[in-house]
Amino acid sequence: MNNITPYSSPHYFIYLMLLLLPIMIGLWFGKRFRVYDFIATVIILIITFFGGNMSQGISLIFYVLYEMLLVFTYLSYRKKHNNFWIFTSYVVLAIIPLVFVKLDPLLKNQTISLFAFLGISYLTFKAVEIIMEIRDGVIKDIKPYEFVRFLLFFPTISSGPIDRFRRFQKDVMNVPSRDEYVELLHSGVNKLMQGLLYKFIIGYFFGTLLLPKIQILTLSYKGQTPLGLSWALVAYMYVYSMYLFFDFAGYSLFAVAISNFMGVKTPMNFRAPFKSHNIKDFWNRWHITLSFWFRDFIYMRLMFTVIKHKWLKNRVTIANVGYITLFLIMGFWHGETWYYIVYGIFHACAMITNDAWLRYKKKHRKQIPSNKFTEAFAIFLTFNVVCFSFMIFSGILNKLWFV
Amino acid sequence: MDDIKEKIVGILQDVTGLDNVGQDADQDLFKDGVLDSMATVEVLVTLQDDFGIQVPVSEFDRSQWSTVNKIAQRVQELE
Repeated sequence: MNNITPYSSPHYFIYLMLLLLPIMIGLWFGKRFRVYDFIATVIILIITFFGGNMSQGISLIFYVLYEMLLVFTYLSYRKKHNNFWIFTSYVVLAIIPLVFVKLDPLLKNQTISLFAFLGISYLTFKAVEIIMEIRDGVIKDIKPYEFVRFLLFFPTISSGPIDRFRRFQKDVMNVPSRDEYVELLHSGVNKLMQGLLYKFIIGYFFGTLLLPKIQILTLSYKGQTPLGLSWALVAYMYVYSMYLFFDFAGYSLFAVAISNFMGVKTPMNFRAPFKSHNIKDFWNRWHITLSFWFRDFIYMRLMFTVIKHKWLKNRVTIANVGYITLFLIMGFWHGETWYYIVYGIFHACAMITNDAWLRYKKKHRKQIPSNKFTEAFAIFLTFNVVCFSFMIFSGILNKLWFV
Repeated sequence: MDDIKEKIVGILQDVTGLDNVGQDADQDLFKDGVLDSMATVEVLVTLQDDFGIQVPVSEFDRSQWSTVNKIAQRVQELE
């Protein structure tokens, strides 16, 4: 038997549904079986992390113990003191395992890759959120089992959506009424069906059927044309973008659907991103829980510090420095390759340009037409900018130019 | 309370550069795109300075701070 990646195969869904049944019957009758929830979580984690090679599972256990140690020593420290540098050290310590794992492709070190397990990023986001909110004083108390339950909530363990502790806690402490639960089941089934369509039909069509063929065609121009550019690359750009969206949005829909079955309203990750009117709008619709995490825990905090200490005066400069920092961090988070970093810089530039355009538009409101046509053009332009960025992200240029 | 609201509308107008902000004290400032992240932080810092209150960023739940009326309410509680 091998590790089963969540939501990747019919097996996983069968195990999942069997395990969910008692939870759903319980909620139907207004009960949460806490002990059973725990057992179900353990079983799912075993299927996901201990199926074949156990190293992922062992890493997971050590990782959770390590983050627990950090969170609870910080919590007890924070009750008496509030030093900025202690706080910063804790955040750094919480991120270190992830940094190691991300550096792995660069160092090619066998021992480091032992730390890795599926979903380490997403658990790190949650742990860091908790440390930051403990510092702000909005999380005053958290019990070890609450921390573990939040961190290891299995519907979202491998790739999000990234929930927030206080929001999640509200849901698991509450048992929905019959009407509310019927509503949740209804929305869960809809999302499950939509997820199946997205991931296994449309995503499969673009990703498994089309993409490999177009990739071969694209790479056949290697060394044949200047920089290997071709119309096939343009086709690759759109096909890859479609695959990326439908595959990931489909996965996210599953995670939200299964959460709903368990009486938890995990936030949605996508909101028609290809209908965005500008790039800012796009980041409010694409991988929403990640971009909001970055917004709340990096961008806004950085802005806050810079403005409060008056490090920079000009608000345009402040915002732009913020964008560059934010998207560089996001690039590095995706992985230490040149194309992820360029992807980050590209989006920072797009945000800066977008802000400049919005300022210009504000000043010249009367001269600039605004109608159905300009709206359609805005959507078309944003869509293409986004697809171009995904082409960078896909790493196809690396294959075309360097490998 | 009206004093507070007037001051808040003043802050919002300064930050956004829009003269008609806050005419409707129940207008959703986030939904209507009046406040982006940057403007939000500027409003927060100004509120802290002008009212002498402490608002940590993570306390800043968008649903509780989305209109002039709600901001005034929260400021009064924190003052």
